[in-house]
Amino acid sequence: MESGALTLQYLLSGITKGSIYGVVAIGFNLIYSATGVLNLAQGEFVMLGGMLAVTLAYYTPLPVAIVGAVLLVAMIGCLLEWSLFRRLPRHSVLQLIVVTIGVSIVIQEAALHIWDEKVRSLPYFTGNEVSSVRIMGAVISPQVLWVLGTITVAVAALHVFLKYTLTGRAMRACSANPEAAMLAGINIRNIRTLSFGLSAGLGALAGCVISPITMTHYEMGGGLAIKGFAAAILGGLGNPIGAVLGGLLVGVLEAGSVRYLPAAYNDVTAFAILLLVLFVRPHGLFGRPTGEAVREH
Amino acid sequence: MKTAPELPRRVRTLGPFVLLALAAPALHLALRAAGKEYCLTQLTMAAYYAIVVTGLALLMGYAGQVSLGHGAFFALGGYTSAVLTTYDFSRWSTALEWARDARLLVVREDLYGGHLLTANPWAGFFAAMVVTLSAAALIGYPALRLRGHYLAMATLGFGLIVAKLLTGSNLTGAADGINGVPEWNFAPGLVVSGKSAVRGENYYLAFGLLIAVLLLLRNIVHSRVGRALKSIHDGEKAANAMGINTARYKLKVFLLSALLAAASGVFFTHYTGGIGPSEAGALKSLRYVALAAAGGMSNLWGVAIVSLALNYFSLRGWFGSYDNAVFGTLLMLIIALAPSGPLQPAAAWLRRIGLLPRTRDPSHHGAP
Repeated sequence: MESGALTLQYLLSGITKGSIYGVVAIGFNLIYSATGVLNLAQGEFVMLGGMLAVTLAYYTPLPVAIVGAVLLVAMIGCLLEWSLFRRLPRHSVLQLIVVTIGVSIVIQEAALHIWDEKVRSLPYFTGNEVSSVRIMGAVISPQVLWVLGTITVAVAALHVFLKYTLTGRAMRACSANPEAAMLAGINIRNIRTLSFGLSAGLGALAGCVISPITMTHYEMGGGLAIKGFAAAILGGLGNPIGAVLGGLLVGVLEAGSVRYLPAAYNDVTAFAILLLVLFVRPHGLFGRPTGEAVREH
Repeated sequence: MKTAPELPRRVRTLGPFVLLALAAPALHLALRAAGKEYCLTQLTMAAYYAIVVTGLALLMGYAGQVSLGHGAFFALGGYTSAVLTTYDFSRWSTALEWARDARLLVVREDLYGGHLLTANPWAGFFAAMVVTLSAAALIGYPALRLRGHYLAMATLGFGLIVAKLLTGSNLTGAADGINGVPEWNFAPGLVVSGKSAVRGENYYLAFGLLIAVLLLLRNIVHSRVGRALKSIHDGEKAANAMGINTARYKLKVFLLSALLAAASGVFFTHYTGGIGPSEAGALKSLRYVALAAAGGMSNLWGVAIVSLALNYFSLRGWFGSYDNAVFGTLLMLIIALAPSGPLQPAAAWLRRIGLLPRTRDPSHHGAP
């Protein structure tokens, strides 16, 4: 394969993974804007989505299993907000981060005991492991197209929802100014619950479409959460378009680093990006430094 | 309301130290009487972990920062000393003549009677301190100038990088970690080693170190640094206005806390004779945070006791396959329900019913 096609190959693999990081980052933003919680359990939603869909697929056709998994995980997200975060209004950002980490460990351990430590995966949506599509010299699995298509549609739908529906507008109002939103008659608590549900469902959907390619494993959530967080910070916290671009960037850089670094160090790239961005541009690549937002003094 | 008599200040200050110093031999005798002296091994390991957690508690409870990478500092200390004391330098024997003369490198026998030229454990210890200090400064200096949660995220990322690098490189034994770390002649007649012949000595060494660390931290809390930290805690902007360089104080505490973790890692590695990459894992770091939270963060005594007890139970395998779940649940519930730790409300209750002496000032914030 000539070098142009090889580059394209890496690029596509990076974009595929990056789109998942982007979805996790959007989940971060949704919850962070509405509630101020940096939810590090975000990756667990992706894992749960994949796991539940694999289990449901034993009993139902694949599309039903996926829809079921997404709805179930969205319900888990709502339940989490309703039973836990709603009741912690006086906690600092830091304490809330630590709580979400606790939640993430508990979900992970629960998954380990409900399922097991084995790697699972959904069947390929079309074709199988060996079927491939050729695009400009690069060979990719049709599942990659499914991932990119689904994620694009989901992000576009989310955008339409936030921009044009009443509930979506209420959500944005809530993140812009909670007090004013409350005065306008918006039920902030419900919006917050909804933000958890929406971001959990979105994560679960990503977990389903990626499952045939990267497999689903009970431990996968932690790494995804950190990479998603890196993507969210890269794009500027609270900026949805930035989150997608940040995710793609992290994915592409990670895929590119495979060429130069041993595979064992794969994840190091993403984490190094996180550290670098945190220190050099804590307001993100596309954000403007506001002073107050990141700096304490 | 009936009030219990107040204790003199000196008794209140030194009492807990004396109690812990007496509890160690008492526990030893009790275990010997029960014929379970082998439990001392896990108690020793728990004491080393408790040093990490108390150091972290200083950072969390007094400087208001969270490190999610203390496992990485522990591993950095342990691995630096493990690599140096097991790596055979003999191929550079002539070039390193000076290091042998300075006793930085020593010749020792391996298991099969061959000769190895490896670092003196003391040299390994100091190298570990230098490595950890540099890494912690690199992470802490930029992160502590930003908002609180940036240090948390930066240390989390740092911890993951360290864990990946340790698992991925051959120098550190990849996924197997390093075994065959030699014993450490810590002082005349005192060898840090897991041999059952020196189990008692090592147990007292670990507890002695824990008490020394608690004394050190207590003095820091009651010093100028401690007062600065308290003012940061009560109002950072006001503290800044009074001319307290808050970022610098936070950095100092972070560095100290990382060094304590690394030092504990060095002792632990020599004691168990090896170290594996799981010590650097995020779950270990989060376990330390959970233990610090469970002990009440700014209550260094509570933190030391709780982490001793829970780590001991965990090392004895009481929690079975629910080990991580126990610490995850602890983390979630304690921070959610009692952010100042479960001990303070419990102690307040005991005081109310007269079982504990009253402190002079109930609002006094967390003297250990």
